[in-house]
Amino acid sequence: MYETIEQLLANNDIFTLSTVLEYWDGLVMTVQLVFLSLIIGLVLAIPLAILRTSENWLVNRSVWLFTYIFRGTPLLIQLYIIYYGVAYIDGIQQSMFWPIVREAYVPTLFAFVLNTAAYTTEIFRGAIVATGRGEIEAAMAYGMSRGKCMRRIILPSAFRRALPAYSNEVIFMLHASSIASVVTIIDITGAARDVYARYYAPFEAFTFAALIYLCLTFILVFGFKQWEKRWHRHLRPLSS
Amino acid sequence: MKKTLVALFGAVVLSSTAVQAKDWDVVRLAVDVPYEPFEYRAPDGSLTGFEIDLGNAVCEEMQVKCEWIVQAWDGIIPGLLARKYDAIFSSMSINEERAKKVLFSEAYYNTPTGFFGPQAINVDPFNPETLKGLRVGAQRGTIQDVYATENYSSVAEIKRYTAGDDLVNDLRGGRLDVVVLDYPVGVSTIIEADGGDAYKVLGDNVQLGEGVGVAARKRDTDLIEMFNKALATVKENGVYDEINAKYFDYSIKK
Repeated sequence: MYETIEQLLANNDIFTLSTVLEYWDGLVMTVQLVFLSLIIGLVLAIPLAILRTSENWLVNRSVWLFTYIFRGTPLLIQLYIIYYGVAYIDGIQQSMFWPIVREAYVPTLFAFVLNTAAYTTEIFRGAIVATGRGEIEAAMAYGMSRGKCMRRIILPSAFRRALPAYSNEVIFMLHASSIASVVTIIDITGAARDVYARYYAPFEAFTFAALIYLCLTFILVFGFKQWEKRWHRHLRPLSS
Repeated sequence: MKKTLVALFGAVVLSSTAVQAKDWDVVRLAVDVPYEPFEYRAPDGSLTGFEIDLGNAVCEEMQVKCEWIVQAWDGIIPGLLARKYDAIFSSMSINEERAKKVLFSEAYYNTPTGFFGPQAINVDPFNPETLKGLRVGAQRGTIQDVYATENYSSVAEIKRYTAGDDLVNDLRGGRLDVVVLDYPVGVSTIIEADGGDAYKVLGDNVQLGEGVGVAARKRDTDLIEMFNKALATVKENGVYDEINAKYFDYSIKK
């Protein structure tokens, strides 16, 4: 198998073994970056969404301000500000954090996490607010505290409601991650840019990258569909 | 009657082939801005720089009207092939790979490639071992990129940038140790810029490539012919030297 691929690649000007390995490294980078930012973003978004529905004006508005800023500006601008901005903080180059933020990886991950957290927060907030009044009243009637009601009643049904919108956010995040290549990260798009610059073959280089993104999107769509089938079983029409 | 018709038909065919060679009234030139001091924007927003001046002088010599079109570097060859403009006048080094896609004129300048870094760094660019573990930056797709990749990719980490100003930004931000850059560009954007005292030229320069030429589509041999003739004239009659002296204190004539 490996040998046939190698043989096939030997007869190709652009897609040599080293080029394909470059794309592979890019794929690993993209998947890693997107996966990590989604997981961390999700962990941040759940408490933020709960705070966002708080009746305390100050708490509610401060979370709103965060989501407003990060949803109201392009991710590319956020990435530029964080990546170039961090290097100019006084004393950062002498601090212990420098070896970490010197790499493009951490500032990029930071920008992606904040961005996806802002969107996910609003998705969850919408789902929490949409909880049936009756369900909450019933929980109160059983004597549940606010926290218990949130944990047992509101959140489980809110997650179900949020799933379709969240699956969109995941796919958007995958596609948005292609801008990581502007700050020297070699993700799929970065690999495509390198190949393009070396062979002056934009069509081949970017088409191959697009195919990889398509495959990833297909896997995500399929995965979320299975998940929805499970979680939304109660919503399916009765069939014979 | 028949004979005259044939003769007439022949004359028409002949004359139509004669005008087939495209008459160049307007030549659209692509340029990637900023690339100081070759092309950049003056404070009032107008294009200026060595190549802008030289290009205008050459166009005057060719007696055509030239229009400058700003185009990012990594799309500059595809843009030419897609006929967004007729020629590239943007410090494009002549090399074999590019010559497969475009037709080059004679070289109109050649500048050495320099190595730049912070004062504290001590490396010898001709001894790759001294760059071990460092971060080397270059602009993606340039001959400097090729040089850095060939010589340093086994020992150092090569960072590639789409724009030259991002490259310099990352040197200033402390993210790069060595920058491989066209020597005059490096001098003007790193050494002579604000805070340039913190940086220095590392080792000697190298000569890469065959110099810089005008690039046109392969079929436009007449246009390249015009450029060659006009370039030869301005190099002879002192116009070139005048423009050279305006931007550099050393000659880059080739």
